[in-house]
Amino acid sequence: MEAFEQIFRAYAPRVRAFMLQRVRDPQVSEELMQETMVTIWRKAAQFDAAKGSPSAWIFTIARNLRIDSYRRSRQPDFDPNDPAFVPEAEPAADDAVETQDEEQRLHIALTGLPPEQHDLLKLAFFEEVSHSEIAERLGLPLGTVKSRIRLAFSKLRAALGDRP
Amino acid sequence: MTIQHQVSDELLLDYATGVLSEGWRIAIATHLALCPQSRRRLALMEMAGGALVSDLAPQSSLPDEDRSWKALKQRLESAKAQGETPPSSRNPESALSIVLPEPLRSYVGGDVDSVKWRPLGRGAYHLPIAVEDKSTRVRLLRIPAGKPVPEHGHRGRELTLVLSGSFYDGDALFARGDLEEADEALQHQPVATEGEDCICLAVTDAPLKFRSWLVRAVQPILGI
Repeated sequence: MEAFEQIFRAYAPRVRAFMLQRVRDPQVSEELMQETMVTIWRKAAQFDAAKGSPSAWIFTIARNLRIDSYRRSRQPDFDPNDPAFVPEAEPAADDAVETQDEEQRLHIALTGLPPEQHDLLKLAFFEEVSHSEIAERLGLPLGTVKSRIRLAFSKLRAALGDRP
Repeated sequence: MTIQHQVSDELLLDYATGVLSEGWRIAIATHLALCPQSRRRLALMEMAGGALVSDLAPQSSLPDEDRSWKALKQRLESAKAQGETPPSSRNPESALSIVLPEPLRSYVGGDVDSVKWRPLGRGAYHLPIAVEDKSTRVRLLRIPAGKPVPEHGHRGRELTLVLSGSFYDGDALFARGDLEEADEALQHQPVATEGEDCICLAVTDAPLKFRSWLVRAVQPILGI
């Protein structure tokens, strides 16, 4: 429980801030943050620090709960336990240190993005708007939004040594 | 095997942020099940989402953080000891023969051998797939070897995911796992490759339905 308190102190204020971006109501945000923390607690055994970034994992849990809170329609997803699921040919580096290093390099690359690309990603992740809605909202041609997204992610992939 | 035609960054971002509606999600999720490279790109996007969240100004609870922690602690203590269900084990023998990966297989209600195909004419068949999402039309298509995809006018976005066999669109070959994204600007005529029928999943914007026969009659002319 002490270890989890540390996780709570580190992540709760950010998860709460993430919820507030979309739901606006502090009480609802608090409740959704609590739900997120309960889910993290329950699923902690399934999380493999060698294979994934903890902040990405927490983000996906928070995102799913936020969407579930106001959208009723189903959110189908792939199932890694499905026999037809195609696993990676070469398993990802099985090393928590490496993952942490990736997380850091990605963060630096993200901070270094041109403001128009960075702002666009914030809009997408925080306000949950599709790329075509972003184009409408910013009064930009759809092609411009697409190319900003592609430029941004090719830089982030390059920072991790992936094919841009 | 590397998938040649992967989901675009902009559509994958819509998937990562959770804005895609059910119909589109079925196509992208099934593509992701077949394409480890696209999953790696998705993981990176989720990592970027996590990094953006950690850059947010921390929002502390009112009246104070300790109270929030105590409330959570109470919930955790009462919720404790909920055993996790172990992941079901894989069955490697059947893996090769399954044509429809999840989540698609559950929507269809089984693999391709259980599909009750409906004729579309000229040797082609389809199976409409029921979804809650009314904004899209989702169906399986079976195109006879060497034949073009029928009734192919489309407005708005169209996603085509190849599940077995393959098709050519111009010079580009699309095989199992490949995803083709088309919009109204793209004039295309996919043709199934000789030798094998092509089974694919097609998701399109649902056409607007008008009650009036007059509006329906002019709909093709107006292009609405």
